[in-house]
Amino acid sequence: MNQLLEGLTLSDLTFYLVAALTIVSAAGVVFSKSIVYSAFALLGTFGGVAGLYLFLAADTIAIVQIMIYVGGILVLLLFAVMMTHKIESVDVTSRSMDLHKALPPAVVLIALIGVIAKKTEWKLLKAPDDNPITAKLGDAFLGDYLLPFEVASLVLVVALVGAVVMARREVKGDFSRKAEKESE
Amino acid sequence: MEFLKVGLWQYVVVSGVLFSLGLVCVATRKNAIAVLMGVELILNSANINFIAFSHYVSGAVGGQVFTVFVIILAAAEAAIALAIVLAIFNRFRTIEGDVATTLKE
Repeated sequence: MNQLLEGLTLSDLTFYLVAALTIVSAAGVVFSKSIVYSAFALLGTFGGVAGLYLFLAADTIAIVQIMIYVGGILVLLLFAVMMTHKIESVDVTSRSMDLHKALPPAVVLIALIGVIAKKTEWKLLKAPDDNPITAKLGDAFLGDYLLPFEVASLVLVVALVGAVVMARREVKGDFSRKAEKESE
Repeated sequence: MEFLKVGLWQYVVVSGVLFSLGLVCVATRKNAIAVLMGVELILNSANINFIAFSHYVSGAVGGQVFTVFVIILAAAEAAIALAIVLAIFNRFRTIEGDVATTLKE
């Protein structure tokens, strides 16, 4: 055991801990019987991925990940779960079909990616920059990437308005009847 | 232990595992919301790759910029997809993917 851990720094060990958290909770998302458990396991995955971003000196992205994924998307998913199931009922399950057929290709894919990632001679930098990169990121958004940035905000507005239009109940009839009553 | 020293390839492996799990989730789940969770896993694995390669290989800011765009699009996608899920639930009283088959006919 001691020999195995020799030469590993504390940050390496922490990396393996965070990676294990990410993968275990991702497995929880996929294999859990209850959709609510899946949603809460997704919390662990998002948190773990944010931790990995911190290891890669992407502090801004880590915070954005927590704010948007955990604070936004996950809450939205939970709302959707609660609105489409009766909470008291046992029906909050989420069945899988043909899991035994899907798993072998997935294992092969993982092994393939692992072998490729290990064997390939990546052109690595001599010394990766571990300094915070937030200022450079801001410059990039208001410089080289200004147009995509603005287009992304437009996409967000259109998507959110579209979501509201699709999700609302049709109440037009009631409103016009009300208006008729008031005009009488 | 040179093998266990954290470098680029560990991140690629983690992202590959997340991608495969997401793929399994998308392929096998019947519940539409669970399928969405699988899509989120896949997008997260892509983001890990973007940031890992920008940190270890290019050293530039581009990978992080793209990650932000992916997160923005993921938020938009989640909002739209959940609106569709709610609409399907109002129509069919279920969100199992194999029940709502009107378009198939």
